[in-house]
Amino acid sequence: MPVILSRLRALTILLAIGLTLSACGYNRIPTKEEAAKAAWAEVQNQYQRRSDLIPNLVATVQGYAKQEKDVLTQVTEARAKATSIHVDASQLTDPEKVKQLQDAQNALSGALGRLLAVSENYPELKSNQSFLALQAQLEGTENRIAVARKDYIDAVRAYNLELRTFPGVLWASTIFRSNQPMAEFTADSGAQGAPKVKF
Amino acid sequence: MTAAAFVITLLLWAPALAAEPNFPPLGGRVVDQANILSAETRAALTAKLKALEDKSGIQLVVATVSSLDGQEIEPYANQLFRTWKLGEAKKNNGVLFLVAPKEHRVRIEVGYGLEGTLTDATSKIIIANAVAPRFKAGDFNGGVERGVDDIITTLTADAADWQKRPAVREEDKSSLAALLPLLLFAAIFLLVFIHTVRSRGGIGPALLYMLLSGGNSRRGDFGGGGFLGGGGDSFSGGGGSSGGGGASGSW
Repeated sequence: MPVILSRLRALTILLAIGLTLSACGYNRIPTKEEAAKAAWAEVQNQYQRRSDLIPNLVATVQGYAKQEKDVLTQVTEARAKATSIHVDASQLTDPEKVKQLQDAQNALSGALGRLLAVSENYPELKSNQSFLALQAQLEGTENRIAVARKDYIDAVRAYNLELRTFPGVLWASTIFRSNQPMAEFTADSGAQGAPKVKF
Repeated sequence: MTAAAFVITLLLWAPALAAEPNFPPLGGRVVDQANILSAETRAALTAKLKALEDKSGIQLVVATVSSLDGQEIEPYANQLFRTWKLGEAKKNNGVLFLVAPKEHRVRIEVGYGLEGTLTDATSKIIIANAVAPRFKAGDFNGGVERGVDDIITTLTADAADWQKRPAVREEDKSSLAALLPLLLFAAIFLLVFIHTVRSRGGIGPALLYMLLSGGNSRRGDFGGGGFLGGGGDSFSGGGGSSGGGGASGSW
């Protein structure tokens, strides 16, 4: 009987330690880190989705507006550059890397905006069904990118705040010493420079 | 003392200050803040939208707002969707049909779970063909009704989404599973309690306190879960979210 009781007591103490730790916010740093990483995955996902749409868009526009070679080449090149930069979740603490990706994606947004502006001059292109569908998809994707970026910024803010404020700062300076603040997107022309398709 | 009180007040207000624009409350399936729909249209729409949710679980809400508070319709619609939490939490099967007559903008905001059915291109076609021309002619009732009809047709053409789900059985299983850890917790609690009473003093009371405090703080994590909005007068979002799918248009 005493053996069982002492074992039970050990088990209870372990359980109590676990519960107390979680009550002190021990779990919050990893939880928020994972949330920020998940938000980042969504940003990547939406960028990927946009870059998947581009070859179709370029092919469709080419069929009607061959003479707009410059704009088409710019889009293709900007896409190639943007897809060559990959930032995975472990590199998010490197502001330089995040900025590189952001610049490349912004350049692509600009090139796409020019392509869509040029398309306005071709009435047959504008009434082409597949072009209209692509345009709607592109517009939707730009909006999804904006939402994903906002969610990522919010998640990173919450995570960085947790690292710097009490009680998170206690854990951040002891057990989670390797956890660094993540880089935010700077609020720049990225969202405003997105191609606006009005109809 | 006053400084501390000031800081506390500031902390209490911070979330409210950072909050979204002045959103109308989710009073029903049709929220006509801009007052552009007739009573008959509102009633007809509400019946249609309720039938849709009863059959498929999809929460489609029609909202007209008096102003977008200086925002573009896309972020406004997304924030409103997330504030109202349309659709079931796990399926994110909500749709928001938003009309801003003052800004001449309209948007169909689609929840994550329905992006594959009600695609951006389809949403755009619905707005361009069914909604915008009628709005242009000043026929808000007709435009909204046709838009809702087209959205429902698109959503229910997918047979899998049209079937009634065996929600009751699923719930039974999950509630039993959720109860198990609680029972375990209660059993341990009881054992510790008995042990404390018997030994009087020692580590017992401290453990008891820790268990109690731990239990309380953990319960906080369960808050905020969604539940399906019921019928009748009390309608509420089910906890769904949207990532900006859908399309916008103007007239």
